[in-house]
Amino acid sequence: MILAKVTGTVVSTAKIRQLEGLKILTVQPVHPDGSPAGKQLVAVDTVQAGTGDEVLIIDEGGSAGIMLEMSSQPIRTVIAAIVDRIDIMNEAKDVRRK
Amino acid sequence: MKIGRVTGTVVCTRKTASLEGVKFLLVQPLDDTLQGSGVPIVACDTVQAGQGDLVLYEGGREAALALDNWFNPADAAVLGIIDQYDQVDV
Repeated sequence: MILAKVTGTVVSTAKIRQLEGLKILTVQPVHPDGSPAGKQLVAVDTVQAGTGDEVLIIDEGGSAGIMLEMSSQPIRTVIAAIVDRIDIMNEAKDVRRK
Repeated sequence: MKIGRVTGTVVCTRKTASLEGVKFLLVQPLDDTLQGSGVPIVACDTVQAGQGDLVLYEGGREAALALDNWFNPADAAVLGIIDQYDQVDV
């Protein structure tokens, strides 16, 4: 799983059948300190995440299929969890939206 | 999934049998500010996208699953045409 921050939403009408009814969000992978790590991805939401949330994403097709309860779906990036807190050694960081 | 802009089409008469009847699009990957980022790729179309369209595409093994005949060697496929794209600084 990859730590990421939700940066926005994507709306699409003409889309493939398997994406119908799913919420699509843009996510920026981040380091634990919140700094960007690599390129932005577009992920399907399964946990009602919103813009600004820090989340865990899965970027692997087999696991995405399990999350979405689909098989042989052309989707591999899903949001699997919303992060409340990260503890690193002795420091604690609260990432919930205030 | 990733975001890209359709910049053209690629026409191939001779191609592998499993990709017959599939439209190929030239897609420029975009970054979060919708500026071009990286080398253009060739992706299979599933939603009748055209030149200039902002699209969602998938790369890798899962792209092949977007086509009707899933047993094909595609490594990129356009999955949707983007109507609206909202970004905020977080």
